[in-house]
Amino acid sequence: MGGDARRTGADALRKGEVSERGFQTRAFQGRTRVRGLIDSAATTAAVGATVLVVTPLVAIFIYLVYKGASSLNLDFFTKIPKPPGELGGGMANAMWGSAILLAVASAIGVPIGIAAGIYLAEFGRGTRLANAIRFTADVLNGVPSIVMGVAAYALIVKPKIGFLPFTGHFSAFSGGVALGIMMIPTVCRTTEEMLLMVPHAVREAALGLGVPNWRSVISITVRTASPGIITGCMLAFARVAGETAPLIFTAFGNSFWSSSLNRPIAALPLQIYLYALSPYDDWRRLAWAGSLVLIVLIMLAVSLVRYVTSRGTLKGTS
Amino acid sequence: MPEIRVFQRPAKQEPGQPERQRAIRSEASPVRQFLLGRGDSSFADTGFKWLMVLCALSIFGIVVLIATELTLRSQLSWNAFGLKFFYSSFIDPDTHQRSYWDPVNGHFSALPFIYGTLVSSFVALLLAVPLSIGVSIFLTEMCPRGLRGPLAFLTELLAAIPSVIYGLWAMFVLVPLLRVYVNPVLSRTLGWTGFFSDDNPTGLGFLAGGTILAIMILPIISSLTREVMTAVPHSQREAVLALGATRWEMIRMGVLRNARIGIVGAVILGLGRALGETMAVTMVIGNSPEIHRSLLANGTSMAAVIANEYAEAATELHLSALTEIGLALFLVTIVVNALARLLVWAVTRGAPAQTH
Repeated sequence: MGGDARRTGADALRKGEVSERGFQTRAFQGRTRVRGLIDSAATTAAVGATVLVVTPLVAIFIYLVYKGASSLNLDFFTKIPKPPGELGGGMANAMWGSAILLAVASAIGVPIGIAAGIYLAEFGRGTRLANAIRFTADVLNGVPSIVMGVAAYALIVKPKIGFLPFTGHFSAFSGGVALGIMMIPTVCRTTEEMLLMVPHAVREAALGLGVPNWRSVISITVRTASPGIITGCMLAFARVAGETAPLIFTAFGNSFWSSSLNRPIAALPLQIYLYALSPYDDWRRLAWAGSLVLIVLIMLAVSLVRYVTSRGTLKGTS
Repeated sequence: MPEIRVFQRPAKQEPGQPERQRAIRSEASPVRQFLLGRGDSSFADTGFKWLMVLCALSIFGIVVLIATELTLRSQLSWNAFGLKFFYSSFIDPDTHQRSYWDPVNGHFSALPFIYGTLVSSFVALLLAVPLSIGVSIFLTEMCPRGLRGPLAFLTELLAAIPSVIYGLWAMFVLVPLLRVYVNPVLSRTLGWTGFFSDDNPTGLGFLAGGTILAIMILPIISSLTREVMTAVPHSQREAVLALGATRWEMIRMGVLRNARIGIVGAVILGLGRALGETMAVTMVIGNSPEIHRSLLANGTSMAAVIANEYAEAATELHLSALTEIGLALFLVTIVVNALARLLVWAVTRGAPAQTH
């Protein structure tokens, strides 16, 4: 295309066809018009694609709010599920179960993730081991959640390991472990990125005062980067809060109240899944209500993160 | 971190010089005296460092543990079927029809699941890739500044919705829409190709699974594509514009060409997500272990069969076969993700616009 236009222009010049207004030959004008049309077509296509992408999101939200809000009532937050066929009931035990599962997951995922991030940023910068670990974390991040569930099943649920508690049967603990492992890569990578943004002067000032290195890392560097690190933890939290696949054969679900780590436990996403597939209208109604609650909780977490980060994570450090 | 020597007291006091030590201490400033009295932190420092190393190494440990555990648990199925597990089929003696998955009689073949995973992911990519490239172009090159933030936030929100909610929406909104409006039209106009022969009254199937997958992987692909396109230096755009290019020509020659490796990486990353996505697909793909040419027929996928049958597997062989499917999924997604990371990394880290 470019070559064509150039030849036309050069020919026009040589033959003296060019008027004082420049390359205004008919061929050149035609090409220009075609290029303009292609340009507008491309713009339209890009705008159209954006509209097409935004539409389902808006549709999902509107439908979810419409369906969920009309099904929400106080019972949803206070009652446990009724047996099939009976109307009413709620998901109080599922919300409680999700809270327990997420607490276990955070207790596993957050410390290990942050510590690994500290290693990557503070001790292993540029080393081969750190690069390998960073790569492994990225790969672990992409492992499907269902595979995590299978692994947790094979590790904890299936075998009864002599003296170890929680093994040998479906349990809240195994579900928490599966979710916790899924949190590690996200927490680790965001921690690392945030620590890398902390200026060297801060570290040097601490060390110059004779503060031991470990103390400087914990109270100075990590403290400085803490808003960003909390962001990472919240994002990981929001991600595993909606996970269903790894819980199907680890936490397993439960229709009753349970707080024991040693027994099967209900979880909000799991309950939504079971109710969505059920033939009862009332249960489907509860599934919509549960989805609305779940998504509002996740949105709150994400918006909080956006708010914190938009205020400038590392203000006052530079 | 560059070498920063932490102040340390000499580890061993040299014998014969206690007076000198004492003299130093008494002459030192109060701050220094305080620090000297605090004792040696080298033990705590080393301990802290190794604790961090241990946690970092645990990431390795987890991946290795998952791999070995899945391999061990799938031994039974591997010994029984070998490689045939991935491509064989058999004729059911009762119905005389081709069959792949019969837990009751202990016949297992992963072929329909692999087929379903590939087909639904392919449909998803086909729908999602052009759209997400369009969105990224709009957001990076055309969008008014005020609209950019909210739109990027919206696509991020799309990524935060749990897959079970996508599944719920797909079951009750998308599938009826496809059943009533899209599938009849497709089968009437394109039915002759065999890909859209509509004999499935439910609306479930590969197309439904692929469509919801496309909606789910859109945010991942478009956010990465946007990142890669923003990484293209401005001088590239300016150079093309200075030659008299229109905006589209600038995008095509200046941006897309420079960012293409990264875009391929983003697409592959989306593929990795699509391959392993479980809940939404399970809810709308139909869950029957069959192979059909038509996209409107019921099918199933690797993740879906695990989600459906793992908790209720009756025999050890059944469980083992499901674990082997899980292992295959694990290995495939690792390879796909590693490839994608390398490609994205090559673009965002290296100088992007040197060779064409």
